[in-house]
Amino acid sequence: MATDTPLIEFRDVTKQFGDRTVLAGVNLKIYENKITTIIGKSGTGKSVLLKHIIGLLKPDEGTILYQGKPLNTMKTGEWEQYRSRVAYLFQNNALLDSMTVSENVALPLRQTTNLGKKEIDKRVRKRIADLELVDALEKYPSELSGGMQKRVALARALVTDPTIVLFDEPTTGQDPIRKNMILSMIVHYRRKFGFTAIMISHDIPDVFFISDQIVILWEGMVGFEGSYEEAIRLKHPMIDEFLRSLEGFEDQLTGLLSREAFRVHYGAMLGGAETMPAVSAALFSVEFDLLQDALGPLAALEVLRSLGEYTNRYFRSVGGFSARHSRDEILTIFPHTSRDEAQQMVTEFARQLEQEALANIQSNAQTTIGAQACFEVYVHAGVTEVSPTDEINQIIERARENQHIVATHRCDTGGSA
Amino acid sequence: MADTELVRNRKPLTLVFAYVGRIALRLVSDFGAMAIFFFLAFVNIFRRKQVFEIVSQTYYIGARSSLIVMLVGFFTGMVLGLQLFYTLVKFGAVGVLGSAVALSLIRELGPVLTAVMITARAGSAMAAEMGIMRISEQVDALYTMRIDPVRYLISPRIAASIISFPLLTAFFDLIGIFGGYISGVLLLGTNAGTYFYRVQSSVNMVDIRGGFIKALVFAVIVSTICCFQGYFCHMRSQYGAKAVGLATISAVVLSCVMILIADYVVTSFLM
Repeated sequence: MATDTPLIEFRDVTKQFGDRTVLAGVNLKIYENKITTIIGKSGTGKSVLLKHIIGLLKPDEGTILYQGKPLNTMKTGEWEQYRSRVAYLFQNNALLDSMTVSENVALPLRQTTNLGKKEIDKRVRKRIADLELVDALEKYPSELSGGMQKRVALARALVTDPTIVLFDEPTTGQDPIRKNMILSMIVHYRRKFGFTAIMISHDIPDVFFISDQIVILWEGMVGFEGSYEEAIRLKHPMIDEFLRSLEGFEDQLTGLLSREAFRVHYGAMLGGAETMPAVSAALFSVEFDLLQDALGPLAALEVLRSLGEYTNRYFRSVGGFSARHSRDEILTIFPHTSRDEAQQMVTEFARQLEQEALANIQSNAQTTIGAQACFEVYVHAGVTEVSPTDEINQIIERARENQHIVATHRCDTGGSA
Repeated sequence: MADTELVRNRKPLTLVFAYVGRIALRLVSDFGAMAIFFFLAFVNIFRRKQVFEIVSQTYYIGARSSLIVMLVGFFTGMVLGLQLFYTLVKFGAVGVLGSAVALSLIRELGPVLTAVMITARAGSAMAAEMGIMRISEQVDALYTMRIDPVRYLISPRIAASIISFPLLTAFFDLIGIFGGYISGVLLLGTNAGTYFYRVQSSVNMVDIRGGFIKALVFAVIVSTICCFQGYFCHMRSQYGAKAVGLATISAVVLSCVMILIADYVVTSFLM
């Protein structure tokens, strides 16, 4: 297969329910090993689009292709083989509520394979251990929290080793920490098991941090297809009405500015001054993936949240403003501050962060993952000067080049390294 | 708006015909769909990996219903013994009490009342369970896991009904005859030997076979209607829990009506 052949392609797909046209000629390409996020207003056909991929719905007109082959021309064997590669995670999990967690996860293996009982048990236990559900093995779905149910649904979806996983609003109804936890979980397990993820989500900006491709459904068609940066630069009522309003002014997880609000602040700062005063920026980051491996997604997000809150509190008092620009990177702009002054501020911030904020992490993590767990946290920072012509991305790139470890916490030494 | 005008301008007689026509079309369409639904489910009974599900459904539909079926059978037999005793005594024919009780139960009351009782107990549960699974997307989830929902959910229930209905009918008949013995012999003083002699001499294999044929027909009708109503509850004009409630009502009412209609049809063929 040529590398540029999309894994899944929609060609002029139309779907009507009665008189209502939900999909009006959708053209879309989804590539292998990417996370594609579909967003759009309620009723624009996001779930309908997802259900077409797995065959729960059939298009009225148009074609859906898998690796260049139309689904509607597949023979029974090919169709079954295709479906064995696709898993679907429902918005409400759709766990069989009369079955225990282990029975739910084992169900697809019992019903669709010829594996023996021992092999099925082995595979089920492995997936359940992967998703940290060992304690819930014999519980019923109604006895579990929303987050755990989501993990059970994910375990069930992944137990057959699919290559495409469809996520229908996996974070709906969850608090900011849980939302990010689920998104982190998707990234983590995609890396671990290797699958193409197609996701419906409204959790802006968090979902953008993990997405390779954004698709905006607008009036039954694909209104936009590309990266988040491309979307935000697009001047279209669809972006103003939907994307920007969804993002809001504040990052729910950390309390920092949203990326859009940050952009507006940055623009106002540059445009407001007749002569450009000295402006500097610092990029802070933590190694989120390592933290997640060591602490689990919940505690790792707690570290990220603490860093965000602490950064916000510390730098806002000296006139700085900050926003998360990727999952684990925070950019802070210091108006009227030279690079040396900014470097001094960052050094002082790092010292206090190490003494106050990071010291609390261990106690937080201990309550989450147990007193015996040991881990390390490294906070990186890079400072750069800002010129009036700089785009935010350019600032981030330069600051990233200057990054080095400014604060650490190691539980075995009980503090800084 | 145009449709409303059209309806308003029609003559009343046309409206009546249109209404009857619509109902008739819907009925034909529903029964056709149910027949296809039953056929698909029945074919899938003989697939692999069905044994466990069929056994567990037989336990749920059959074994768990046995107590209530036997209780109803016992009191039905007692009432029959009582009523028939006072009727037969007027004609000096109390000696045939055993025949009257046994034949009424085996030919008619056993299959019908057993089917009605299972409809009330297991049929309503089937419809509600299917309905809840449908509205909570569990049926769709099965499809996404490459598990045919009709094979996994419907076929075992239909198979279990086909197994359970005749067995429960046999229990009902047996306990009913015993109930007739309690009221007719022990309470009202009919001769015990005569009672059982009449039962033995008047009941032929044809009667028992007829009762079992009815039980099988009712099993197919009840399980198909109840599963169908629940499985397609999302196609109703109402949504969510209300749709499940309405599906359950339709399942029970339609099953009971169809049991009686089918009873007449099957009896007329057997006579």
